[in-house]
Amino acid sequence: MRCNDGADIRGLMTRGWTLYDFRLAWILVAPVVLLLIFFLVLPIAVMAVYTFFTFVTAGVETSSLTLANWQEFFTDSYYHGFLFKTVRVGAMTAVICGVLGYFAAYFIWATTFRHKWLLLLLLIVPFWISFTIRTFSWIHILGEQGLINVTLLKLGLINEPMQMLYTEGAVILGLLHFLLPYMILNVYVSLESIDRTLISAARSMGCTSAQAFREVTLPLSLPGLAAGLLLCFVLAAGSYVTPQLLGAGRDALFGNLIYDTIMGQLNWPLGATLSIVLFVVLGFFAVIYTRYMGMSQIVKGLGG
Amino acid sequence: MSATYGDRQGKWAWRLTGLVTACVYIFLFAPIAATVVLSFNSSMFGGFPMTGFSLQWYGKLLANEQVLSAFRTSLWIALVTAVVTTAIGVVTAFALVRFDFPGKQVLSTLVILPALVPETILGVGLLVLIKAVDQPRTLLLLVLGHIMLAAPYVVLITQARMVGIRRVYEEAALSLGASRVATFREVTLPLLIPAVVAGALLAFTISFDNTSASLFWRPAGVETMPTQILSMLKISISPEVNALGTVMILVTVGIPLMGGLILQGLTRLKRFGKPRERP
Repeated sequence: MRCNDGADIRGLMTRGWTLYDFRLAWILVAPVVLLLIFFLVLPIAVMAVYTFFTFVTAGVETSSLTLANWQEFFTDSYYHGFLFKTVRVGAMTAVICGVLGYFAAYFIWATTFRHKWLLLLLLIVPFWISFTIRTFSWIHILGEQGLINVTLLKLGLINEPMQMLYTEGAVILGLLHFLLPYMILNVYVSLESIDRTLISAARSMGCTSAQAFREVTLPLSLPGLAAGLLLCFVLAAGSYVTPQLLGAGRDALFGNLIYDTIMGQLNWPLGATLSIVLFVVLGFFAVIYTRYMGMSQIVKGLGG
Repeated sequence: MSATYGDRQGKWAWRLTGLVTACVYIFLFAPIAATVVLSFNSSMFGGFPMTGFSLQWYGKLLANEQVLSAFRTSLWIALVTAVVTTAIGVVTAFALVRFDFPGKQVLSTLVILPALVPETILGVGLLVLIKAVDQPRTLLLLVLGHIMLAAPYVVLITQARMVGIRRVYEEAALSLGASRVATFREVTLPLLIPAVVAGALLAFTISFDNTSASLFWRPAGVETMPTQILSMLKISISPEVNALGTVMILVTVGIPLMGGLILQGLTRLKRFGKPRERP
């Protein structure tokens, strides 16, 4: 009896189905598939159709097809500015995350500290703390009554509080705070899969520690770094709450623009158009990434 | 490992790494610590300097009916999300690992998307869809949305553990006459328990914490905890918000930590498969 092939095990064929019948698999995945269809696929598809609808007045639109929304997006430099800034802020955040996160991940991986699990646990704890709370807590550091200003004032180093909050810098700081754990865990997962004897081998063959790092460790950990960069970029560029809380109006990102267009101006067709634009732009980067790296590293970083 | 870096260059590089890492950890926790400390400030302004110790803001919080109702709403939504997402996520992961079926590749990509597509886009998308079919925003819709947002994590965590469970255990039970359901309940599920608990906890916190998508999806008049905090912040950063933040931190950090401890106790009792380091 071949145990791997269920069809051969007697008594298993319920109603003529084999052990690993694909119809049974379809039944098992049906709830998640339905959910994904109705809450992910259909909404994006309907949104794409909505971009061609005609805006009449706040909250009202007709289904007569028009290119007006796309025309507005492509001709108005207001939107281009926002898009460019969003990509720039996302990229800056991702790169800074990459540099700082790599150091931290490398340290956790390489340290001989006995309670390494504690360092890892501390990286997971931020995921449990409400994102809103983590974001507004920066007001206590950067604000006029924040730690930095109050301390500097007391020491007499400055005469009046510095404006640090409600700037693009504050937004990037907030995004870094939210995304660093993602980056560190991604790089760490990648480092963990390196066979450490390779590094010892490089060292014993006469490599300096810098050479061993450059030639062995760094290249082997690049998949994790790349996955982290993509994740940080996409999440930063799609953020809404962080720029809302830590930035001024002019530091808003594309997500805020979408929110205001839909919830404020109630211009649904234009809001749908802007959403599709952001989806396509971020999707473009994700597709380039998967073209070269595949999905597996992202999967490891998210759940593994 | 640091011991292997014998040369001077390596020593300095290692020190730099340690220094940056320390800064990263300070960076991650300083703002949160400031919030917790300030929640005990007696001053009526939400910022520094500390003027004295006081618990009055916690008292005020307990009397704030809006906050309490938002807390209850979030708790219920998160509980339902955790239970349902775990149930359907575990079953999906089981199918993805054990079965070969048409559409498997598409599904395993599709199921990760809710974690990658910005919530603003998912938020707008669902609203446009229900506007197109002329349906109101309901609590059910909000919960189902949360379930979708949490599903990728539950599926991925369960999949990772499922891969390590050999199918011969299940096949042995089946060949001895157990039904499929009994086999899953008696063999597969107990082996999956660490992933199930980790997935449920993560689904709970994802839902409890969800902000951007909830801003779009919540029915008129319903506030979840994060949206309530956001609307309180619109006025000013009051000490009450700090106290609320501290309570939230205690809840959302305390629950998974306790879950982890229970889990550790469980795995110590019956050591199945390899222990995993992180949820």
